[in-house]
Amino acid sequence: MRPWSAILIPVVAGLAALLLSAIPLAFAGAPILPAYAQMVAGVFGSVFTATETLTRATPLIFTGLAAAIAFRARFWNIGGEGQLYLGALAAVWVGTGMIDGPPILMIPLVLAAGAVAGAVGLLGPALLKTRFGADEVVTSLLLNFIILIFVQMMLEGPFKDPMGLGWPQSEPILDSAALPALVDRMRLHAGFLIGIAAAFVAHAVLAYTVWGFRARAVGDNATAARHAGIGVRRTILGVAIASGACAGLAGVSEVAGLKGYLTSDLSPGFGYAGIVVAMLAGLSPIGVIAASLFVASVFVGADSMSRAMGVSSFLADLIVSMSLICMLVGGFFARFRLRLRAAPAP
Amino acid sequence: MIDILQIFLSESFWAASLRIASPLIFGVLGALLCERAGVLNLGIEGIFVVGAMTGWMTVWLGAPLPVGVLAAAFSGALFGFLHSVLTVPLGLSQHVSGLGITLFASSLASFTYRTALPQVSSPPRIEPFRSLDVPILTDLPFFGPVLFQQTALTWLALILVCVVWWIMDRTPLGVALKAVGDNPEAVNAQGLSVIRLRMGAVVVGSSLMALGGAFLTMSAFDAFFFGMVNGRGWICIALVIFASWQPGKALIGALLFGMFDALQVRLQTEAGALVPPQVFLMMPFILSIIALVIVARRADYPRALLTPWFKGQR
Amino acid sequence: MTSLAPGPPVGPGTPAMPGPILAMRGMTKRFGPLLAADSIDLDLNQGEVLALLGENGAGKTTLMNMLFGEYTPDAGEVRIRDPSGNEEVLPPGQPQAAIAARIGMVHQHFTLAENLTVLDNILLGTEPPFSSRRSRRRARARLHRLMEASGLNASLDVRIRELSVGERQRIEILKALYREARILVLDEPTAVLTPQEADSLFGAVRELVREGLSVIFISHKLREVLAFSDRIMVLRHGRRMGEMPTSEADVGKIVRMMVGEEHAGVDRSPGEPSAPALVLEKVSVPSSRAQRALFEVSLTIHEAEILGIAGVAGNGQSTLAQIISGLLQPGEGSISIGGKNVRRLTPARALREGIGRIPEDRYQDGIVADMSVAENIVIERLDSPEIQRRGILRRAAIATHAEFLIDAHDIRCPGPHARTALLSGGNIQKLILARVLEAQPGIILANQPTRGLDVRAAGEVSRRLIAARDRGAGVLLISEDLDEVLALSDRILVMQGGRIAETKSRDRAVIGAMMTGGSVG
Repeated sequence: MRPWSAILIPVVAGLAALLLSAIPLAFAGAPILPAYAQMVAGVFGSVFTATETLTRATPLIFTGLAAAIAFRARFWNIGGEGQLYLGALAAVWVGTGMIDGPPILMIPLVLAAGAVAGAVGLLGPALLKTRFGADEVVTSLLLNFIILIFVQMMLEGPFKDPMGLGWPQSEPILDSAALPALVDRMRLHAGFLIGIAAAFVAHAVLAYTVWGFRARAVGDNATAARHAGIGVRRTILGVAIASGACAGLAGVSEVAGLKGYLTSDLSPGFGYAGIVVAMLAGLSPIGVIAASLFVASVFVGADSMSRAMGVSSFLADLIVSMSLICMLVGGFFARFRLRLRAAPAP
Repeated sequence: MIDILQIFLSESFWAASLRIASPLIFGVLGALLCERAGVLNLGIEGIFVVGAMTGWMTVWLGAPLPVGVLAAAFSGALFGFLHSVLTVPLGLSQHVSGLGITLFASSLASFTYRTALPQVSSPPRIEPFRSLDVPILTDLPFFGPVLFQQTALTWLALILVCVVWWIMDRTPLGVALKAVGDNPEAVNAQGLSVIRLRMGAVVVGSSLMALGGAFLTMSAFDAFFFGMVNGRGWICIALVIFASWQPGKALIGALLFGMFDALQVRLQTEAGALVPPQVFLMMPFILSIIALVIVARRADYPRALLTPWFKGQR
Repeated sequence: MTSLAPGPPVGPGTPAMPGPILAMRGMTKRFGPLLAADSIDLDLNQGEVLALLGENGAGKTTLMNMLFGEYTPDAGEVRIRDPSGNEEVLPPGQPQAAIAARIGMVHQHFTLAENLTVLDNILLGTEPPFSSRRSRRRARARLHRLMEASGLNASLDVRIRELSVGERQRIEILKALYREARILVLDEPTAVLTPQEADSLFGAVRELVREGLSVIFISHKLREVLAFSDRIMVLRHGRRMGEMPTSEADVGKIVRMMVGEEHAGVDRSPGEPSAPALVLEKVSVPSSRAQRALFEVSLTIHEAEILGIAGVAGNGQSTLAQIISGLLQPGEGSISIGGKNVRRLTPARALREGIGRIPEDRYQDGIVADMSVAENIVIERLDSPEIQRRGILRRAAIATHAEFLIDAHDIRCPGPHARTALLSGGNIQKLILARVLEAQPGIILANQPTRGLDVRAAGEVSRRLIAARDRGAGVLLISEDLDEVLALSDRILVMQGGRIAETKSRDRAVIGAMMTGGSVG
């Protein structure tokens, strides 16, 4: 894909999805132009709404990176949601009093724990694929359900907060382990910066290192990569670890940066939305930043509009899913043009 | 030990197994049709949701139950058509398109439901399918309760197994369908349309998936809840591999799954005090993964699965 | 409906009808800037074999795809004369129309579904979607009569995946005959057959031609064309260069027409083999769905020699190549390289031991199409300090290196950062060759190195392999083109049924007999 179309197509796709949302809006009986105005105001209306959007984008950057890295190597990690919860669980396990120390020690520790947990969560499907040839799409998907039930079990068992008035929630994260806020009196936290740093690191690793070279080669043509002496299984396991770790960090950032404790409704589907983010980004780690800002804007804007206009808040999910489909179609037209120009058949 | 034996001897256990298997039979058959033609349909989870919602809402709006079933099938066909356009003539990634369909279908279903029913505290109910109660047969010992007290939708599922088997194994259409999932060029060279065959299979397969969803709201339960599909679609994708893309084995796979699920519900009541209930809730998913791993090495995937076909290009 | 012969009973006694049975006029097709077919005319008479010749990219396949409605021509029309003598114009771009006009094609890549039986494959598309089983019984009876009449035999209830390529070829022709083809197009039908199988194929087709079938025959093998066709037509760069009766043609004349100059054969002085470079000792591999079996295969490649392996594709050559590439571990037997025993040969190990590999399927195994030319050039040496330092790619060095090789090997591409998918087949092969030779390998495995390349590109590949040998490399040349093996090899082995035998003979007939299992033991 040419650079200009890599930017143009997702932008057009996003706009198209927003335009298409006029149909469900009309169906719900909302006045259309005021509804759009409310959406824009809901995102850009004030410092508060703007930081809320960035806050919402934070987990999406991580889950988007998880999907982008894995999909680059044609490893279909659809289990971002589960890995996110594993990361969050590890964060509360380490960060709620198991040990205590200064933030300089605790924050990296909590982040590391979450990353490891997420990586372990994807290592299962990766091993089942490399050892037994089991399709990772199905295993990583089903693992989402298993992990979520497991988290519920933990929250009603060993992780339950005795002070939680009987609610199935974890004890709160220690202050020393919490990610600091970035703007005074706003919810935006350091997780956002960590996410952006992670995106740049991922970009550099993919583009400039031998490891990234191998991952891309395996993704584009595993047979040729194997023939060229690249260890395909090892590469896939490596990619799975990196991808799972990113998704795990999403969980840490939500627990340690935003919520402060873990409940079983921590994520409204950030893992799945991460797939949309990755596709909108054209699987580019830097693009993930922009794409997650877009998806977060849709969520925040549509939520605000929903509240104001009495339209169902499922509208946000609807717009996000439509943008994925528009993106797919747009990508087709870009490739189609390329094919016409580049491949004068036999 | 005795307890388990008792469970296996009870009529209600077998009746429950068949009931739990019914939506999966629809789903596995649908996935099988799509994949045999060479198209993976990860839209299944969302299509289940849409089928469940559409079937329920049609009846809730006053239509008779069979119309609800047709409406559900039609809604599935619509999303199947979208998936088939994206993956067959446009040749886009079947993985991503399917996930997109799932996200789109389930959010559209939820949005429609919420928009139609903005403020309800408990989901409104409909009068669902009742068990058939065939005279005389129902009173048979054992088989009566197990087979003849099921609803018409369960019977529809069983009939569809035979229909799909007959089409796949006994008709030129089935031969063409299997060929298009193995080597589309073979089909094209004989003047048949690869595009139409594949799109047709995905549309029909998706409408079967939607029937699986409709079973949930119109037979198993009597209302629509958010999250009621709860991974059943994904389980079908695992089962179709387990069934090596054969309708007969698909039935067996779904029934085995139904049995394990019925068993765990009964064990849960027996052993509930000892083991957290979540352990039992996890079982269906763990079982699906195990089933997948068992067959993975010798799974005979349709050769052209996931491979788009373009005219005049090989 | 159930006539035995394809088409109406136009035997030798029937008076020939006036005019050609197929007339293509002014056929033109453009792909972007490329004029793939430039106003080509083609006539085919009833009961004749017309050979269509030309280098790769000359326009043969494009022309046939327009005949079959696979491509819609930009200009030109196809006229068919039906059995009653009426001419009709085929609607462009409709495969069904070509099939209805009873034009049959045997593609170079078989169009068979491997998961179906022979009968299902033949009947595919001939019956209404829900027709009864009884029609199958009738079809079966008709097929048996057809097989008897044509001498093409097959068991109808076997799945295609269990058949050899030669058998599949026969099914393809049966398929066309079952549809009562009057015009049959054979696209390189003998590429995968032994000389004997090819001869029997030509015998069967000759028989059908006598009964009125008309054949368009596409081949690279001039010997076959001269022996089998009635008339020869040559295409070059999408244009018709001329035609002649086969009786007036000879190799020199045809080649001049095809390439525009006298084709210089590859000059080759005999090599001077020295120490053994690679030794396989009684290597056996059990058969599986993925590969053919090998039985106690022993061979020695010496330094500075080209060891040719002749044989029909599918007799274990791919398995042998996989073992030497490190992709497959032999069940039994040993491998030693440069005198030392190698226990577990992986692709990475093979590279370290100095084995350069030119894979059989260059698109699938040779390149990562979505990566750049430069990346594909360095992909086999990612551990080298010239390519990376502490895991970081040295991008500038990689680009310079790629530019150097692009120049040295005349790889036509927009530049080192261009996607490799944009390159033509010949240039992709040059890239692979550049990558292999750059590493100065002691052993080169060249598996079908010139397959699908035109005369010029193939000659270039051959010259490079000989140069590598003269430098001291041991080359293992696997080729299904016996002429190529004969032209390049210092020694020749023949592979058949997973076994290998050496031959001192350079006689095509003797080697051909070995390839069919006549005298290998």
